Amino acid sequence: MAARNDVATSPAAGRTVRDDARIEISGVTKRFLTPSGAAFTATREVDFTVEPGQFCAVVGPTGCGKSTTLSLVSGLDRPSEGSVRVGGREVNGITDGISFMFQADALLPWKTVLGNVAMGPVFRGVGKAKANASARDWLRRVGLAGFEDHHPHQLSGGMRKRVAMAAALINEPSILLMDEPFGALDVQTKAIMQNELLGLWEQLRPSVIFITHDLEEAVALADRVVVMTSGPGSVKAVYDIDLPRPRGSVQDIRFQPRFLELHHQIWSSLREEVERAYARTTGEKS
Amino acid sequence: MSSASTAAKVKAPPSDTAAAGAGVRAVRRRKLLVLTAQLGLAGFIIGGWQLVTTWGWLDPFFFGQPSGIAQRLVDFFSKGDQATEFGSFWLQIETTLREAVFGFAVGASAGVVLGVLLGQNRFLADVLGPFIKIVNAVPRIVLGSIFVVAFGIGETPKVLLAAVLVFFIVFFNAFQGVREVDRNILDNARVLGASPLQIVRHVVLPSALTWITASLHTAFGFAIVGALVGEVLGAQAGLGLVIKTAQNQFDPNGVFATMFVIAVIVLLAEWLITKLERRLLSWRPPSPSESAVI
Ligand SMILES: Nc1ncnc2c1ncn2[C@@H]1O[C@H](COP(=O)(O)OP(=O)(O)O)[C@@H](O)[C@H]1O
Ligand SMILES: [Mg+2]
Repeated sequence: MAARNDVATSPAAGRTVRDDARIEISGVTKRFLTPSGAAFTATREVDFTVEPGQFCAVVGPTGCGKSTTLSLVSGLDRPSEGSVRVGGREVNGITDGISFMFQADALLPWKTVLGNVAMGPVFRGVGKAKANASARDWLRRVGLAGFEDHHPHQLSGGMRKRVAMAAALINEPSILLMDEPFGALDVQTKAIMQNELLGLWEQLRPSVIFITHDLEEAVALADRVVVMTSGPGSVKAVYDIDLPRPRGSVQDIRFQPRFLELHHQIWSSLREEVERAYARTTGEKS
Repeated sequence: MSSASTAAKVKAPPSDTAAAGAGVRAVRRRKLLVLTAQLGLAGFIIGGWQLVTTWGWLDPFFFGQPSGIAQRLVDFFSKGDQATEFGSFWLQIETTLREAVFGFAVGASAGVVLGVLLGQNRFLADVLGPFIKIVNAVPRIVLGSIFVVAFGIGETPKVLLAAVLVFFIVFFNAFQGVREVDRNILDNARVLGASPLQIVRHVVLPSALTWITASLHTAFGFAIVGALVGEVLGAQAGLGLVIKTAQNQFDPNGVFATMFVIAVIVLLAEWLITKLERRLLSWRPPSPSESAVI
């Protein structure tokens, strides 16, 4: 806890990889009680580790428990079995030093852009003036200087994502959890946001768990891709992506032979699961 | 792709302004038409009422008469302390307004506090839910009798009755508003380290405010109703007492004149609340269709 605060307040934390940022998920099963009282297994025996400062993408069919897994890491929910450890400590309550980014906007529509970004420091008890100064700085970093007094609804989808990104990074989290953050964006905006995310990640180096249904995105961004089986989800395979860093533009990397090779390899594994999940949904309906 | 969109933009302005000008004119014409029709309808109703009672089809002794009502209004505001048996008409307005505003403030604050509390706390909501439903099912106007018996004919029972009426409207809206808070926003605030109190202040209250302010419109009308009913049941001053006295003296014009004054008060309050709402919810997008676009 004390160590975390030291890191968060030190001005040039960039590039230093923090020990407390290792995420270990071992044997995690999560069951939900359905309204009828029966138990529904969302994930079964999920096992994977994210090294400090590593960018880990998770892909898997819809409903396989990806979002559930993230909520366990953040401490919003608890596993039914198994353990989630962050920095060697069992997750118990909201994990310190974590930020979230969702597919849907989690911006407060009644706050200005500046107010939204300043929320992180304000919640940590930083003074208003200092929080605002820091928020201004972060808005500049994501290219939104001059939009401080706008409200979220006055911005485009891409701009709102930048605000969300600034809001997520302003606390300089050691762990960044992203749940299909760019899923709702058009292709061009998505590519721009991916590049910006990589740029910021390379400066701050938080450990990242990045959920996506877009395998190209996963391979282009991540150091490691986890493929999950159709629900109840468990880890089917883990692929280390050995594309060199810095990756450069994600639009260009997609044409490299090594990228295509990895993509092909992972897709053949993912495809089965997607097809199985799809068959199940259509089977249930008929 | 981009060249096509700029071409479209270049072409747009001249036809745009012309169309906008025509649109403004059409809107203005329509507004004028509606206003004329409204004035016509009002004239028809009031004039018809006047004629029907003059011709003797309806007895003005029971149904009043617009000219008599107007005369009564003039009397109310020109006779000073002699306007009613209980002092000037302004005093009656002031009394009712004070009771209604106090009741409104008490009921609305209690409604917001309890609504937010129960909306946040599932256990409390489950325990108290049935009790609130039962109390809500009681015809609350009847509570007025109890309050008069318990607190006499001063202003307290009126304030209480108004507060009770306001409370339930605001409470249910605040409760619903809290329940509708976006899950992602809530989770995000929690992960960012917000304390429960900070969540209420930064997330829950502002989010529920849309619902709460919407309920305040109807609530103020009910506060007035509460104060009036309380006064009719027993009072020393107030518009409800004026109505009751007029009724006892078979003076429908007096009843209608007072009703008219009350309507004006409620409309003024409505206007104030709308202004307040605009200010509190100034962050809202002008049209819902705009915000849906990504
Ligand atoms: N709070 C909950 N209660 C009951 N079932 C849930 C809950 N959250 C998620 N689920 C179920 O768990 C499964 C996995 O959900 P989720 O983690 O959201 O999948 P993904 O993000 O991979 O699409 C789904 O079938 C979903 O319906
Ligand atoms: Mg999901």
